[in-house]
Amino acid sequence: MYRKTECVAMLLAGGQGSRLYALTEKTAKPAVAFGGKYRIIDFPMSNCVNSGIYTVGVLTQYQPLLLNEYIGKGGPWDLDRAQSGVTLLPPYQAKNGADWYKGTANAIYQNLDFINRYDPDYVLVLSGDHIYKMDYDKMLKAHKETGADATIAVLEVTLEEASRFGIMNTDDNLKIIEFEEKPKHPKSTKASMGIYIFNKDALEKYLIMDEAKENSSNDFGKDVIPAMLNDGLKLYAYPFEGYWKDVGTIQSLWEANMDLLGSRPTFDLRDNDFRIFSRNEARPPHRMGAEGRVENSLVTEGCEIEGVVVNSVLSSGVKVKKGAVVRDSVIMSDVVIGEDSVVNYTIIDSDTVIGKDCVIGAEKADGIGVCVVAGGLAVADGTKVPEGAMADKEFFEKSSN
Amino acid sequence: MSAAGIIFSNVHDDNIRELTRARTIASVPFGCRYRFIDFTLSNMVNSDIHNISVITNNNYLSLMDHIGSGKDWDLARRSGGIKMLPPNVATFAYHSDSKSLSRLEALKGVVHSISKIKDEYVVLSDCDVICNIDLNDIIEYHAAEKADITLAVKKMVLTKETAKSNVILSSDEEGNVTDILTYPNNFEGETEVCLNLLVMRTDFLESIVLDSIARNYTSLTKDVIAKNIGRYNFKVYRYDGYFATIASMEDYFKYSMDLINDDNARESLFGVKNRPVLTKVRNSAPTYYSEDSKVKNSMIADGCVIEGTVENSILFRGVKIGRGTTVKNCILMQDTVIGENTLLNCVVSDKNVVVRDGIMLSGVESQPYYISKRKMI
Repeated sequence: MYRKTECVAMLLAGGQGSRLYALTEKTAKPAVAFGGKYRIIDFPMSNCVNSGIYTVGVLTQYQPLLLNEYIGKGGPWDLDRAQSGVTLLPPYQAKNGADWYKGTANAIYQNLDFINRYDPDYVLVLSGDHIYKMDYDKMLKAHKETGADATIAVLEVTLEEASRFGIMNTDDNLKIIEFEEKPKHPKSTKASMGIYIFNKDALEKYLIMDEAKENSSNDFGKDVIPAMLNDGLKLYAYPFEGYWKDVGTIQSLWEANMDLLGSRPTFDLRDNDFRIFSRNEARPPHRMGAEGRVENSLVTEGCEIEGVVVNSVLSSGVKVKKGAVVRDSVIMSDVVIGEDSVVNYTIIDSDTVIGKDCVIGAEKADGIGVCVVAGGLAVADGTKVPEGAMADKEFFEKSSN
Repeated sequence: MSAAGIIFSNVHDDNIRELTRARTIASVPFGCRYRFIDFTLSNMVNSDIHNISVITNNNYLSLMDHIGSGKDWDLARRSGGIKMLPPNVATFAYHSDSKSLSRLEALKGVVHSISKIKDEYVVLSDCDVICNIDLNDIIEYHAAEKADITLAVKKMVLTKETAKSNVILSSDEEGNVTDILTYPNNFEGETEVCLNLLVMRTDFLESIVLDSIARNYTSLTKDVIAKNIGRYNFKVYRYDGYFATIASMEDYFKYSMDLINDDNARESLFGVKNRPVLTKVRNSAPTYYSEDSKVKNSMIADGCVIEGTVENSILFRGVKIGRGTTVKNCILMQDTVIGENTLLNCVVSDKNVVVRDGIMLSGVESQPYYISKRKMI
C-alpha cells in the first residue's frame, strides 16, 4: 500500500513560540499569520511541494486546533494525495504509556514507524518557525554528491549574530568538524537553519541510541548532531543563499513582514515559479474607497480602505475606516480600525475591533518598541495604548479600572 | 428535497462577441477574480446542490481549465460533484454543426445523462446571470405549487434594444404563466423578464426532452413552454434581489462599474452571510501599493503591483500599473501590464495584454475600448 519514497519530510510544528506572547496564546507558532495571506507553516509546506517532496509528516503538540484545521487534508499545497501526502502526527498513547514530545529528536523518534512505512533513503527534518523559500531538492543533490550521513543547511551570519545560533565549523570542503551551540566566541559564521537531511538508517540508529541515554535532552542540535560528530560520521554543511528569517520574536516578526514591502522587496512573494500556497478563504477582492490612500503597503482580499495606510501589511478582511491612519504596522485578518483612530508601529492580531479616536502605539523611532494588540478584542472608543505595550484582555481590564 | 443542477455554458455566447471569441460565456472574467459561472456554481453549492452538469458545445478550453476537478467549489466528489458534458457528435438528436446551440438542443444531446440523475428536482441555469440567490426558495415554491416548470422572473424596464435579448413572461396574480415572448423585436416598457433560471422535476425534464426529440422542437421557450401554456402548470417565481443580466459589452461595462459605485450591488453579491462567491484559487501574493500610488474608488484583486494612479477601475489578479500612469474607468483583466506614463480611460483589456510606455487610449462608457487577449500595444 505504501510506495517507497526517496525522501520523507518531517516538519516540527509543535513549538509554542512563547516570545510571541499574545500572538501564540491560543495558537502554535507555525500557525501565526504572516504577510497578509499566509501562515508561517505555509513556507516550509510550499517549499516541500516546490521541491517535489510530497510525503510530509507534521508534528504538532502545542495548541494544535488552528494548525490541524489549517492543514486539514493538505489541499492548498496539493498534499491531499491518494498515496503519501500530508499526515498530522500528534503525540499519542502507546502500550507503555503516553509521552509528550520531549525534544525535536524525540518527536521524530516517536514517529519512526511513520517514516518506515515509506521505506525512505533520506529524511528531511524541518522546523515550522522560519520564513524562507528553498529548493530542498538542491540540498538533497548536494547530500548525495558528498556521500554524507547528514547534511545541515547553513546561513552566513555576522560574527555578532553568530553567538545566537548553532554554529558549524567546517573544513574547506564544507565537511563539519565541530558544532557549537550558541558559542560565546564563535569561530565561524555558518549558522544552522534547523534544516537537516539524514540518511534514514543513520538517523534511526542515532535516534534509538539517543533515546536510551538517560540525561539526553533529545534535541537534534544539542544531542544527536554532536553524537554523530563524535562517532566520526560524515556531516556536511549546505550553504544557503537567500532570504531566511527566524520569526521567533515580536520584533523579528514585524521586520519579516516589512521585508515584503518595496518595489524590489527584500523577500519577494510575487515569483510565479515558486509560489507560496496558503489556505484561501472565499473573500471578494479588496476595495479602495473614495478617500482611501495606500502607500508602500500590501493589501489583500476582503479589505475595505477608507482611511490612510502607509508602510503596512494588511491581512484579509481588514477595514480601515474614514480618517483612520495605519502606519508601520501589521494588521491581521478581520481587524477593524475605527474612524479617526491612529495606529503606529503595532501588530494587531485577528478579529480585534479598534473603536473611534483610539491611539495605538507611537510613531516608529529609536527607542520606541513594537506595540501588540491581542486578537478578538473590542477596544473602546478613545483608548490609548502606549508604544511597546503587550495589550491583551488583562491589559484593557486593568487600564479601564 | 434533493436537486441537481444543469448549467448551459455556451448559451448567449454571441451577446458579447469580443469576450467570447476564445471562451464560453461561462468563463468570461468578471469582478476582479471571478468568471460568470462562479456565480451560478456558488448559488448551487450554497443551496446544497452538489450534483452539477455543465453542458458545453465549443470553446470550452478556458472553462475546463477554470473548473478543473471542481475542488474550489467543493465539487470534487465521488458521488455527484461537477461533470462536464462536452458535445457527443454521435448522439442522434444533436446538431454538431451549429455553433450556437439552444438550451433544448443541448439538452437533447445529453438526454442519457439526464436520465441518470437521481435527484428529485433539477435547476437549469444560464451563465450570464449574476446574482446571489438561495435556490432552495425557488425549489420549495415549485414543490408547494406542484408546478411543472417554475421560471424565476424579475420586474425590469426594457428598451427596444434590450428587449431583443430577453424572454418576457406574462403571468396572472397566482403566478400562472399566461404568455411568453422570446427575444421580441417590438417590445418596450416595464415587464417581468425571465432570469433563465428554471426549476422542474427531473422526470418532467426527461419527458419534455424526449417529447421534443419526437416533435422536433428546438426551443425551450418558443416550443415547449409557448405551445403548452394551459396544458402544463408553468409558474413564475418573483425574485426581487439584485440581478445583473449581461447581454452586451455596454452591459458588461455598466455592471462591472456597479461593483464599485453601487454599494447595494456589491453587498448583494459579496456580502451575503453563508453564501460566499467561490472561485478558482490562484495563490497570488497580496497586492503591492508603491509610495507613489494613488488609488481611489476601485476594486482590486490580489497579485497586483500598483505604482501609478487608478480611479473607478477594476483590476484583476496580477495587473501591473507603471509609474506616472493614470488609469480611469477601466477594467483590466488578469496579468495586464500597463507601462509608465500612459493614460487609459474606459478601456477593457483582456488577459495578458501589454500597453507600452507613453500610450494614451480612451473609449467612452457606452463603447469602451476593448483590447483583445495577449495583444501588445
